[in-house]
Amino acid sequence: MDAKDILGLPKNLPIQEKKSKPPKESQRKPDGISREVYALTGGLAPLMPAIDVNQLKRKAQSENEKITWQWLPFTNSARKDNLQLYHWVRVVNGNPPTGDYSFAKCNKSADIIKYTDEEYEKYLTDPAWTKEETDQLFDLCERFNLRFIAVADRFPSTKTVEELKDRYYSVSRAILIARAPSPGDVSAHPLVKDVYNATQDTERKRALNLLLSHTKHQERRDVEASANLVLPVLSDTGTLGADKPITTADTVNPSTNSEFPSSTTTPVSETASVVASLRMLRVYLRTYSLEQMVQAASSSAGLRTIKRVEQTLQDLGVNLKPKVPTKAVCAEHLELRKEILTLLNLQKQLQYKEAEGSSLRDGTFTETPGTPPKQSVRAVDLDRTFTPDSLSTGGERFGKREQKRKGPGRLAEAPSSPAQSKRPRKYKASD
Amino acid sequence: MPNKSGAEQPEISGSTQKSQRTKITKSSDDNEKKSLAKKLKDSEICIPIVYGNIAFWLGKKASEYQSHRWTVYVRGATNEDLGVVVKRAVFQLHSSFNNPTRVIEKPPFELSECGWGEFEIAITLHFHSDVGEKPLHLYHHLKLYPEEESGPLSTKKPVVIESYDEIVVSEPSEALFARVQNHPAVIVPRLPADFTLPPVPLEDVDSKNRVDTKDNPLNQWFTNFSEADELLKLAAARQQVQAHIARLRRQLTLVDGQHQQLKAPSDIS
Repeated sequence: MDAKDILGLPKNLPIQEKKSKPPKESQRKPDGISREVYALTGGLAPLMPAIDVNQLKRKAQSENEKITWQWLPFTNSARKDNLQLYHWVRVVNGNPPTGDYSFAKCNKSADIIKYTDEEYEKYLTDPAWTKEETDQLFDLCERFNLRFIAVADRFPSTKTVEELKDRYYSVSRAILIARAPSPGDVSAHPLVKDVYNATQDTERKRALNLLLSHTKHQERRDVEASANLVLPVLSDTGTLGADKPITTADTVNPSTNSEFPSSTTTPVSETASVVASLRMLRVYLRTYSLEQMVQAASSSAGLRTIKRVEQTLQDLGVNLKPKVPTKAVCAEHLELRKEILTLLNLQKQLQYKEAEGSSLRDGTFTETPGTPPKQSVRAVDLDRTFTPDSLSTGGERFGKREQKRKGPGRLAEAPSSPAQSKRPRKYKASD
Repeated sequence: MPNKSGAEQPEISGSTQKSQRTKITKSSDDNEKKSLAKKLKDSEICIPIVYGNIAFWLGKKASEYQSHRWTVYVRGATNEDLGVVVKRAVFQLHSSFNNPTRVIEKPPFELSECGWGEFEIAITLHFHSDVGEKPLHLYHHLKLYPEEESGPLSTKKPVVIESYDEIVVSEPSEALFARVQNHPAVIVPRLPADFTLPPVPLEDVDSKNRVDTKDNPLNQWFTNFSEADELLKLAAARQQVQAHIARLRRQLTLVDGQHQQLKAPSDIS
């Protein structure tokens, strides 16, 4: 109140302000959208009109029509039994809609050709089918509107779906051709143009079944095999004719897949899939096959391990890529690499065991303070197991090396590079 | 081991095959065919090849752009005729050569040129249809100058650089197998003696068009690749590694034993 006095405002203004507010809020919203929707925008029009309000749906087209909804009976011309059902109908100005039930046109059925007995005698006789059977087939086809699966279930003698289809289509085709004034007239008819091939259909279904019944293992096989196929295609400029038959043959012949070991991607199964992909290549180079096998065998190893394998090979005086890659040489080379991998794994295991051992020992040390910790750590570097110097000496090279280092030796006397001394210490067996 | 016996006596091996066939009755013939097909399914035939180049320095006749005369080639490892499996060889030269794509339609699969530069040559081998549809690619880096600085270049002694490889045909067809089984360039697996194969048309072996690759004048410079050295080295290396593995395994069991002791302090009084 005092503030108002200070400002010099008239005292009755607050009442006026309150009055003016309600009219503001109920200001007109634009036509075409409901009040609630408009309120979503904050009660204000958007800066840029997103939708042209005039384009929004009008509720009633024009008010000169009177629309009511009535519950009325109707008949469906697609039905043969004159059943009368009821439904809601939009009535305009008192006139109900005319015309057939709107869904009656959906009741389509196939035109089944009906042959006479004469025609049967003339064109349609077949050693595998009696007239009776053929008649039954056609009757069922009409009843079930060419749903052959249902027809096959109800057919009295056991014939496969493909056989039934074959008979039906060939009969229809024969009749069409026979009835046509000239062959040219019906040549465009789909029954005449496309001939049904029963054997092809059987094969197709069999292949699909096999594909469907693929176990997860076989799926993985296919993926691996097709991945291996990609490499040769990139490097070859030859014809692609070999590729398609390969993949389909693979799916249709699961028996070949069952030869291979289980699906966990261990190096063993990797090499098996390499063998498979090489077989599919048919013609390849020995060096290529060795490369692939080496890759497969080292698939579980990291880059560092692979480098160590190569270092070991060099130390042993073996070429990383054989100079004379015959079948025997490549086999030996591969085995050697695998053995080196085993060796490196064992070294790692030993390292871990020692670490475990030292932590165990620390535990026991605190428990029994009297006993001194077992002194079993010797410094022998096993990383460069086959140092070139030691190899050049005679047969008892290992014996000689062990004699050189007794007790916790340092690596200063090692013939190889000084960097080795920084490598972790490992166990040395007691002499 | 290469099967060289057949080359000199093609007629005899052919006729024995025929007489063997007439002896066998139809049913066992089918069975044998099936088991032969199976045998071939797990087998492979192998064609050892050597590819590389040989380069002669032209000496006084050398010009700035033609200092060497070189020949790039693909040959059978024992200088046998590769035409038995290879239909043609395509050598892709450096683009500075005229018609850099050179096709050699019949053996010996070699190409000679004059030049001064060293570059990579892509060699594509196309095979006869019963061998395979896809061609194989080899890559060879042309070498004109010797490795070591061995003083002045000589026109008499060429620089030779070769690589050994083997073409492997896995699961060969019966027809191919029959065709090549007696050819000296091809190594085929041994089949039991009573297996019969479709008879080979004899004119294939005695073809007059066959070039005798054993008479190649360059033969004197070719390297003789022997697998024996490499096998010995590999065997020795494997022995070492295996010994080391055994040692480590012993160590591991020892350590495990020690751990067992450490883990049971209550046993120690």
